[in-house]
Amino acid sequence: MRKFKALLLVVVLTLTMVLGACGSAANSGSGSGSGSQGGDKAPAKSSDGPIKVGVVNNPPSESGYREANVKDMEAVFSAANGYELKTFYNIKNDEQLQAAQGFITEGVDYLLISAAETTGWDEVLKKAKEAGIKVYLFDRMINVDESLYEAAVVSDMSKEGETAVNWLLAQNLPEYKVIHIQGAMGSDAQIGRTGALDAQFESGKMTKVVQQTATWDEAEAKKIVESVINSGEDFNVIYAENDGMAKGAVAALDEHGITHGVNGKVIVMGFDCNKWALRELKAGAWNYDGQCSPFQAQIISDLIKGVKTASSKIIINEEKGFDAKELTDDDINTYGLGE
Amino acid sequence: MSKKNDKKFSLNLGQLTIPIIAILLLVLFNLFRDPSFFYIGIAHNNDGNIVLSGNLVSIINGASELAVLAIGMTLVTAACGGQDISVGAAAAIAGSVFVKILKSVPSINGFTVLVAFVSACIVAMIFGSFNGTLVAVFKIQPMIATLILYTCGRSIAYWINGGATPTVDSPIITAIGSFIPGIPIPTPVLIVVAVAIAFKLLFHFTSLELFTQSVGINGSAARLNGINATFMKLLSFILLGVCVAVAGSIGVSRLGLINHETLLLDVEMDTILAVAIGGNNLGGGKFKISGSIIGAYVIQMLTITLYAMKVSSTDVKAYKAIVIILLVVIGSPVIKAKFAKLTAKSKFGQPKQPAKGAD
Repeated sequence: MRKFKALLLVVVLTLTMVLGACGSAANSGSGSGSGSQGGDKAPAKSSDGPIKVGVVNNPPSESGYREANVKDMEAVFSAANGYELKTFYNIKNDEQLQAAQGFITEGVDYLLISAAETTGWDEVLKKAKEAGIKVYLFDRMINVDESLYEAAVVSDMSKEGETAVNWLLAQNLPEYKVIHIQGAMGSDAQIGRTGALDAQFESGKMTKVVQQTATWDEAEAKKIVESVINSGEDFNVIYAENDGMAKGAVAALDEHGITHGVNGKVIVMGFDCNKWALRELKAGAWNYDGQCSPFQAQIISDLIKGVKTASSKIIINEEKGFDAKELTDDDINTYGLGE
Repeated sequence: MSKKNDKKFSLNLGQLTIPIIAILLLVLFNLFRDPSFFYIGIAHNNDGNIVLSGNLVSIINGASELAVLAIGMTLVTAACGGQDISVGAAAAIAGSVFVKILKSVPSINGFTVLVAFVSACIVAMIFGSFNGTLVAVFKIQPMIATLILYTCGRSIAYWINGGATPTVDSPIITAIGSFIPGIPIPTPVLIVVAVAIAFKLLFHFTSLELFTQSVGINGSAARLNGINATFMKLLSFILLGVCVAVAGSIGVSRLGLINHETLLLDVEMDTILAVAIGGNNLGGGKFKISGSIIGAYVIQMLTITLYAMKVSSTDVKAYKAIVIILLVVIGSPVIKAKFAKLTAKSKFGQPKQPAKGAD
């Protein structure tokens, strides 16, 4: 019986390894498009073969943000740019740790990590350091000593909210009566995008008509706006914390004959910069779309190749915000997420 | 499932007593709170059509998906004595198929929309029969059987969408999701009416209602009487599949966008509640579709009322829960029996419920 169990264990382990290998092989093979992001600089190390880069990331299925992030990574760290890319995508920290371990054993030159959880990475990063592998963190911070990584390229969510609110203030409206539709409460994006607007409500510069969470749900956002319209209250700004909810809000406006966008009565603001949302912007149906940039690959590539040097360990990725009046088709293709 | 011959109410509404009382209470509450809640306005929408607006329109319009799903869920409940908790996920799949087809055709016209809808229907029916097979053939409890699709349904929708949130932009889709030019009533409301009539006709011209009830009340007795219980259960899930496709397509058309994560999120619980509020026995057997539809409107009216009171949407669920607990407790057999005893003591006596249900 014991023998049988041992045999079973061996079989299971072998299977896991084979499957795991298949998985990562399949992953690293896929991914193309959005080539516009890729730098055209000549590979620095072309003479000594490609630079080996191991990327540990969350799976593209996580969100539109992640999908763009993964595509960007694969486009920038391409063979054409002088890289040999190995990727591993998983939403579980344990699996990510194992994969990172695997990359270290395989002997990559650089390890790029967007961790599922902030803890548990000490051991692995120490091993990487011992092996002389340079570690870059992107998108998400990890709770480890600064000396264990070269640099972290991350987003500052509150800056994103500030950029949007500053844009709104620059519109110089005589009064600001805002419908504020929030994302899932407690998420990073919600906290960052709410903060700056809350400050305006407190200072009295803007009036809060209603502040409700629609938990990223388009239909819920529509209901919230509908209830304000039905109550007969006046408003002139819709600040929705993602594109979908902005679309829901606009559907409610359309049904009740309220004009919106450029030259409309109500200013519509969204976040994420999906391609379809930017097209709404271009058509003048919305006014503003903010983005938490998923494009960190070029910055890291520049650091690796020594084109740029990091002034500090933590590099805040620049957040974009688009005004409907200034948006170009190029912007849509370059910065738009999805299709 | 001992179907005791429980005593009936003095009011002759039978099963519909609870949902009707609930809706009356909500109406009264809103009348006292703010009579302008019931104001119905006529407005021009941004396409220049004359349309109705107001809270009542929002309620009846907003509850459309729920009402359609509640119709199908009532059948499943009656036949199987259990509920399908995968309707939200299945609707996300159906909606994704709907959008996928529309995006792959060169131009969107009436015919392609029909093709897309029929495809969504077929896919939803396949998933429905998957659930139905687990329940009817393998005799797995409905909630466990449908837990599978509940868990993986939105991932399947994700694959269909290719990970993005595709949008469709067409006047026809807008017409389905909001208003047909020249008709001031929201189209989803018209769709609910059409589905309800379709089921009414189905019950009128077939023995579906009677067979479903007999299977739900006592499966073996029904089988001994020559009713194919397995088939009836399977059929109820397939019909629910059609309802799911309708609800998914409405949901997608409202916004011209499919978000597999949020489309009809948590709708399964509201649907089951609508069936429960409608006075249907969740253990199977006798049912009334009209009860479930009213139940759906009760839930939506509750939500809109809370929004109108500016209750934070995070708290809405808690308030909803309180009201629903009350409704379900009032509708429970224990309270019903007590209530019946009380009325029996008063002068009304025990009016016999006319033996209706199988027409």
